Amino acid sequence: MKCSKFLAELNDFLDGSLDASLKSELEEHLTWCHNCHVVCNTTKKTIEIYRENQVYELPDALRMKLQTAIISKCKSSKPKH
Amino acid sequence: MGTIQTNVTGDTGEDLALVQAAREGDIGAFEQLLKRYDRNVFRIANHITQNREDAEDVVQDAFLKAYQKLDQFQGNSKFYTWLVRIAVNEALMKLRKRKASKTVSIDEDVETDEGFVPREVTDWSPNPEQLYKQAELGDILEKTIQGLPAGFRTVFVLRDVEGLSTEETADALGLSIPAVKSRLLRARLQLRERLSRYFKKKKNDGDKTQ
Repeated sequence: MKCSKFLAELNDFLDGSLDASLKSELEEHLTWCHNCHVVCNTTKKTIEIYRENQVYELPDALRMKLQTAIISKCKSSKPKH
Repeated sequence: MGTIQTNVTGDTGEDLALVQAAREGDIGAFEQLLKRYDRNVFRIANHITQNREDAEDVVQDAFLKAYQKLDQFQGNSKFYTWLVRIAVNEALMKLRKRKASKTVSIDEDVETDEGFVPREVTDWSPNPEQLYKQAELGDILEKTIQGLPAGFRTVFVLRDVEGLSTEETADALGLSIPAVKSRLLRARLQLRERLSRYFKKKKNDGDKTQ
């Protein structure tokens, strides 16, 4: 397997949605290709770091303000049928 | 190597019951939906608009619109996916207003090979989170994702940060499944490439562990 083929399948490999035979081909490639091993490992970490360190958290005070405003607008608005 | 686990947001059955109650006039039920998803909508809106005031407006407009259109929600998709679709549209409208001179579209396919030919192939330090203080790390993550084209970062945020499936992301953005997959791969690889500049192992790190 070439590195370009490995990269093309990387998403499904990381998401665990590959069929067994293709998955083992990719795993075999990883055993000897250092670059793909690093790319695979650091792409996985990229996803995890964004998931675990949420940017743009909604601060509590602003959250309360927005909730109050939204519910008040909803109360004075009629659902459109 | 383990696979990435998807975040599960909310409970579809419970959401449907709340939607039904809200349709029948129970504003408290709608308030529960709001409390369940307002943080997600705020994050998504911020990622798209890259402007905090706009993101606040999007949260208000999206929930108000969802409330007004509750009868149009068919239940073919999850309530959350339906809400995200409304929020994405509102956020894109804000973005277009701010960048009036430029055409902004998530349909726009940006031709780039960045990340496809990996340049940074040094592994990261074992725990990049320990290299930087929390606030600094937040700045790095924010700055890095802001540099991506709108279409790429939106797909990454919905799929990888908010945990929507490929199909749900396609549905929320009005994109085909192959388009979502292609953008997601490019977004992941570009972010990896850019973050590597901050997180890669220093040359003498290996020596310390010997």
